[in-house]
Amino acid sequence: MKAAIVGSGNIGTDLLYKLLRSDVLEPRWMVGIDPASEGLKRAASLGLEVSVDGAEWLLRQEELPDIVFEATSAAVHRANAPRYAEAGIRAIDLTPAAVGPYVVPPVNLGEHQDAPNINLITCGGQATIPMVHAVSRVVPVEYAEIVASVASVSAGPGTRANIDEFTRTTSKGIEAIGGASRGKAIIVLNPANPPMIMRDTIFCAIPADADTEAITDSIARMETDIRSYVPGFRLLREPQYDAGRVAIFVEIEGAGDFLPPYAGNLDIMTAAATKVGEEIARAAAVDRHVTA
Amino acid sequence: MQLRLTDTSLRDGSHHKRHQFTVEDVRSIVAALDGAGVPVIEVTHGDGLGGSSFNYGFSLTPEQELIKVAAETAQQAKIAVLMLPGVGVKDDILVSQDNGASIVRIATHCTEADVSVQHFQLARERGLETVGFLMMAHSQPPEALAKQARIMADAGCQCVYVVDSAGALVLEQVSDRVAALVDELGDDAQVGFHGHENLGLSVANSVAAARAGAKQIDGSVRGFGAGAGNTPLEAFVGVCDKLGFSTGVDFFKIVDAAEDVVRPVMPEECLLDRMALMMGYAGVYSSFLKHAYTQAQRYGVSGAHILVRAGERKLVGGQEDQLIDIALELSRENVR
Repeated sequence: MKAAIVGSGNIGTDLLYKLLRSDVLEPRWMVGIDPASEGLKRAASLGLEVSVDGAEWLLRQEELPDIVFEATSAAVHRANAPRYAEAGIRAIDLTPAAVGPYVVPPVNLGEHQDAPNINLITCGGQATIPMVHAVSRVVPVEYAEIVASVASVSAGPGTRANIDEFTRTTSKGIEAIGGASRGKAIIVLNPANPPMIMRDTIFCAIPADADTEAITDSIARMETDIRSYVPGFRLLREPQYDAGRVAIFVEIEGAGDFLPPYAGNLDIMTAAATKVGEEIARAAAVDRHVTA
Repeated sequence: MQLRLTDTSLRDGSHHKRHQFTVEDVRSIVAALDGAGVPVIEVTHGDGLGGSSFNYGFSLTPEQELIKVAAETAQQAKIAVLMLPGVGVKDDILVSQDNGASIVRIATHCTEADVSVQHFQLARERGLETVGFLMMAHSQPPEALAKQARIMADAGCQCVYVVDSAGALVLEQVSDRVAALVDELGDDAQVGFHGHENLGLSVANSVAAARAGAKQIDGSVRGFGAGAGNTPLEAFVGVCDKLGFSTGVDFFKIVDAAEDVVRPVMPEECLLDRMALMMGYAGVYSSFLKHAYTQAQRYGVSGAHILVRAGERKLVGGQEDQLIDIALELSRENVR
């Protein structure tokens, strides 16, 4: 499948390296708006067609992508989404715009493989919502709360200007996909040097008589599922049980594709996007095979 | 010299009270402070709007109820709320305003001021007075702090505070930072100082700040706050009287309020003990104190070591969850 990346910031550039490694996705275009963008320079040197005229330029090309990965901002994606749809281009949205359904690969990718537009919630959501789901598939979760700590240098200007969107979108995802009745998200930027590796803590309220062994087992299985596409994801500690709650501690070490390995927040987002794109491409290939 | 004082016992004191304020606590403290002439009273969960959580502790009474009662009780004092981007959201600010708050104080770690821009813009659009908090100010040199203050001022902040969250600053370290901000901001915004008692210097540091040009000073009556407590406001008022600084607060009335009204609400005095000293010495966020006690007890490890390691890991405000991880690490290493 021919793919385009829209947005040449930290996320778009990190994604570029992952797509280049894919067997089923072929990144052909990368567009941005900043002529000084390091991402566009790298994309050009890696053989992609690039432009600083954004999605406008991309949609004017004679040959169009089958799939577009949007790594701009929520406002830009809201504007672009109908135009991709009109052109018959599938969209994977890495902004908090939430035009399409929320997808967290190990939880609900199968349900939305045919959706024209898929939203990946937030980096913190990708790292934590599967764990909320791991608990809520065993016991009812009235309330879940996540705390995402990320290195300051890995939070780009988009994240900073829209920190409210991060907390609100992640909270909604904890409810809609994590399966908690009520969700809350907290994000903390830490400027320590050397930069800290991304860490997340997931707290879930659980019934007093919950089967903690079953929950711990479900959490371990989810860790394995996530590691299949994010190798740097790991549980830091055994889940901790206290009165009415379980606390889960995870760390995400990035693959170091664009930003160094501390930027697990970028890595889990771009790994999820790649995973979703590949599944869509494989499903499309099977379709073609069947109809042929 | 004219100083404007803000009492934060109903916000920073929330940590010491483990967020268990009742409506009656707030009503009685606000009435007493208002009667003594304290011009600004801050009321919020200790970790700011939306802070009620597993990570920071759940509020006994919803904070918006407390804000409303405070605004109804105060005759002359303005009610302020604290908000940390990443914990609270813009809607929380709007609800607080509906409940009678007229000042919003937006707090970020002192290198991350740009996450506050959208909140300052909203607050100014809604006619709220704005204050910016550069937390853990000991961790950055004066010039770097001044640059961050500029970001807040440009976003609409009317007074940027040097916030000594760890109680780690010593005298000239305060005045150098305040002076750098005054120099950078000029007439664009005022400068404030928020001190803690973890090295026993909060009143002296506040005097140093005022002499360096700070126009707003925070304190908590009876030191009712986080860590070893905040700048004891009644003591600072007395010192200001001696130095000829004008605060508009009646010394005798606020001394009575501290003893007769505030002390009975406190679970115990805030102490400059071993744990609190560790925070000032190692540069640890003051509100980690109660959480460190909790985890030390839960895992049978040394609370002082939890705090020292929090300093070594360079944790910032908001990372209370990591204290559990540190306690588990100490438990594995057998540091009791």
